[in-house]
Amino acid sequence: MTVTEDRPSTGPAPEIGSARARKEDQRLITGRTRWTDNIVLPGMLHVAMVRSPFAHARITRIETAEAKATPNVVAVLTGQDVKDEQGSLPNAWAITTDQVTPDHPSIAVDRVAFAGEIVAVVVARTAAEARDAAELVDVDYEELPAALDLREAAEADAEHGVLAHPDLGTNKSAFWQFDSEGAGTGGNVEDAIATARADGIVIEREFRQQRLIPAFMEPRSVVVDPTGEQLTMWSATQNPHILRFLLAAVLGMSESKIRVIAPDVGGGFGGKLQVTPEEFITFMAARRIGKPVKYTETRSESLMAAHHGRDQWQKLTLAATGDGTVTGLKVDLIADLGAYVALVGGGVPVLGAFMFNSIYKFPAYQFNCQTVLTNKTWTDAYRGAGRPEATFGIERMMDELAHELGVDPLEVRERNWITHEEFPFTTVAGLEYDSGNYEAATAKAKAIFGYDELRAEQRRRREAGDPVQLGIGVSTFTEMCGLAPSRVLGSLNYGAGGWESASIRMLATGKVEVVTGSSAHGQGHETAWSQIVADRLGVAFEDVEVLHGDTQIAPKGMDTYGSRSLVVGGEALVKAADKVIEKARPIAAHLLEASADDLEFAGGRFTVRGTDQGLAMADVALATFAAHNLPDGIEPTIDADATYDPVSFSFPHGTHLCAMEIDTETGGLTMRKYACVDDIGNIVNPLIVAGQVHGGLVQGIAQALWEEAVHDDAGTLVSASFVDYLVPTAADTISFDVAHTTSPSTTNSLGTKGVGEAGTIASTPAVVNAVVDALRPFGVDDVRMPCTPERVWKAIHARDGADTGGAPTVGDASPHFHEADTADPSTGSAQRRTASISQEDSQ
Amino acid sequence: MTRISMKVDGAAYADDVEPRMLLVHFLRERLGKTGTVVGCDTSNCGACTVHLGPAGGQPRSVKSCNVLAVQADGQEVTTVEGLAHDGELHPVQQAFHECHALQCGYCTPGMIMQSIDLLEENPKPSEEEIRTGLEGNLCRCTGYHNIIRAVQSASGQAVNPDTVEEPVS
Repeated sequence: MTVTEDRPSTGPAPEIGSARARKEDQRLITGRTRWTDNIVLPGMLHVAMVRSPFAHARITRIETAEAKATPNVVAVLTGQDVKDEQGSLPNAWAITTDQVTPDHPSIAVDRVAFAGEIVAVVVARTAAEARDAAELVDVDYEELPAALDLREAAEADAEHGVLAHPDLGTNKSAFWQFDSEGAGTGGNVEDAIATARADGIVIEREFRQQRLIPAFMEPRSVVVDPTGEQLTMWSATQNPHILRFLLAAVLGMSESKIRVIAPDVGGGFGGKLQVTPEEFITFMAARRIGKPVKYTETRSESLMAAHHGRDQWQKLTLAATGDGTVTGLKVDLIADLGAYVALVGGGVPVLGAFMFNSIYKFPAYQFNCQTVLTNKTWTDAYRGAGRPEATFGIERMMDELAHELGVDPLEVRERNWITHEEFPFTTVAGLEYDSGNYEAATAKAKAIFGYDELRAEQRRRREAGDPVQLGIGVSTFTEMCGLAPSRVLGSLNYGAGGWESASIRMLATGKVEVVTGSSAHGQGHETAWSQIVADRLGVAFEDVEVLHGDTQIAPKGMDTYGSRSLVVGGEALVKAADKVIEKARPIAAHLLEASADDLEFAGGRFTVRGTDQGLAMADVALATFAAHNLPDGIEPTIDADATYDPVSFSFPHGTHLCAMEIDTETGGLTMRKYACVDDIGNIVNPLIVAGQVHGGLVQGIAQALWEEAVHDDAGTLVSASFVDYLVPTAADTISFDVAHTTSPSTTNSLGTKGVGEAGTIASTPAVVNAVVDALRPFGVDDVRMPCTPERVWKAIHARDGADTGGAPTVGDASPHFHEADTADPSTGSAQRRTASISQEDSQ
Repeated sequence: MTRISMKVDGAAYADDVEPRMLLVHFLRERLGKTGTVVGCDTSNCGACTVHLGPAGGQPRSVKSCNVLAVQADGQEVTTVEGLAHDGELHPVQQAFHECHALQCGYCTPGMIMQSIDLLEENPKPSEEEIRTGLEGNLCRCTGYHNIIRAVQSASGQAVNPDTVEEPVS
């Protein structure tokens, strides 16, 4: 199922498709690791940050004398000290030409805009001494009103409400619209809605995408060594190349004077794609002091100051005919940027713009997004970045439509999805999906899940009035991966390209060094890249060494995010390998005294067609190294580089099914079963793929059930430790039934699509749909995430008019859209609120 | 400063430490045992888990961010760096590798040390017992699915599938 078309037909068993245990494990399971915080250099100093306890305040005085006078404190820096040097942290993606983008100094100069912002920096001999002295820095603040509620902030202006940055006169950063009529990709959505209101179904819902924290396990750490002619930075980053470029650009240096190394990096999930104040501060401190400097954050600092994700209000209007054929979708969302526009923060909701239509054939579509500044931690990409939010919105709506129609949620999806004969298919959002088979993935998922049996059990429990009800949740998703064709990025006003680079060095011993511009932090590139090159060049898996994550070793790269490494970086690797073969061919022909046209390359050997004469690639490599006997005019190397710019996004898809048991007396939730079938195209390493799916699932499930970044009324993050921010444990989760179907991508030669974000994108709506499905007999049509037992219990009791404590959850539970908006009888909302158990049996 | 001595991964050490120094910082910063890592400030994540016990006695897993170095005085510590002998991985290390029970690997030292401790107490744990036994160790990459498989494998029991190709019911 994973054999590429032009794989050699002879030679050893193919590596691509083999469940190779990972090369990188050996150092990780024995503790021979190089995390950034492990690095110790002679004379190294340590940084501690003084952070604002206020969400919004003017800095009126900073007294550093006592800290400076403390033994072993080498320097104390404030924003005033570096204001002419530090510039503004970069925003790489102004989504509109008039985007409002506040300056973002690494150290606040006269005002702080979120709790956790850095106001002073202590540099001392040890980390403990730096932290002790940070306590001695005395900062006076004049507290300012803080813009904390996203919806209120979106309405505020200079006269009314609270502004996150008063000098900007608005909290609105940018308004971004896609309209299918305007783009020529579909019809007029307002017409579709009006038609459906007259004769059809209109469903309107408002969903909350709560604020999440990526919560990678390795806290961020950075070491900067100014020794010598270059400044070398080790950073726990996903983006060493982008980081180097932006350090140089912001600080006015040449990139050639900066080397960035991402050593072992302990997870990222988007959270480490940021170019951070902490990196700039450590860099500036080392440059000023002339000694190596290290900063490693505490977990609480990480949770409050590393960027957050999600945080949207989504208002969705879906129009359909009476038989459930969707005729239009309108999306109005507001997205919380936090206090500053992060590196790609404004662009995250825009990525979702192309995914609300998902796998469906919607004839009309409009997407309106307002990005909003508040006095909270900045937001940016978190696993899926815009696509989970979109998938959640549409998959919740499809379930609502099914409920209106009284049909199975899979039936309404089937009525609207693109069938496998219709690929390639240009969507209403203007993307061309190259391949897919939603029918096959769904059929397989149903079989693995035992869909019909579980539906029967659900019916029995409803009929019996079982206090433990069963809910079945569906999510049929797609995503756009392989970020990204550079031209598309350019058309979206993104600041960089989306290519990836690879180099292959053929060593004299016949071993192979592979240099990749992607930068792994848990994904297993060293293993998967070895498999690709081993197959392509016919060398042993063990003989391939993959080098990455150091701008001096891998000088070109666009790094790792957006499920791009294999789809873009893997393809660059294939192109480099093909160049190696073509460079080796004339040398092999010369040595074999044959015509290059008569040579075939397979299984690591050049052979003369129709003879038994041949030469191994390793022999060509040695002969090239020696260079004693090469054809005239041939360069003595068969090494090759390739830089690949993808022609298209890739579109993995899948069907995810979740069964939740809910104790209706307590609101307690138990996941009974989770089955998913993902079509990610051809698979290089099934072991790695399964791991990506499992981990992705739990992050998406965690959004549905547990995780939320909660701020108090003053804007302080109260979930600022792992006591309160509920990253799930082994005891919270179950084992999953994971399977695949394979529709190879037609836009890259490996036929791959990307898998890093699939589980996270698909699972959140599957779980919430299951929760809501279990509670349908109680008239519940939404439970706000995270679906805690308290929220579930309140949702169950909201219908009774019981005093449920007055928390926002109650209003959100049933129905939480404005009454006036759902009064249209065609929405059937009145009937829904009184739905009884027996009415639900039609499902 | 307080004088302490302890055996770590088979070697005897002695040093002067501040009474407030945590065992994990002593291991990392004084002894260079950087295989053991710090993931949080609240003893929730378990990344720093090591084995600690009296000389010659039964060691138990502890979160070394939750133990002062002076509390370990006179005792024996085993870290993830002390598990493999003569190039032979510990069976739990081997199982983590074979079952792909790690991705970024940051939680792995603690997860392996806790898994060994769990199997010491309960050599044939059920899936539920494994999940409960590892509750104090957070992993953000694997979703725990393959960690469960690794512990099942190391205990010589049947191992859950990582993927299913046919309906299981």
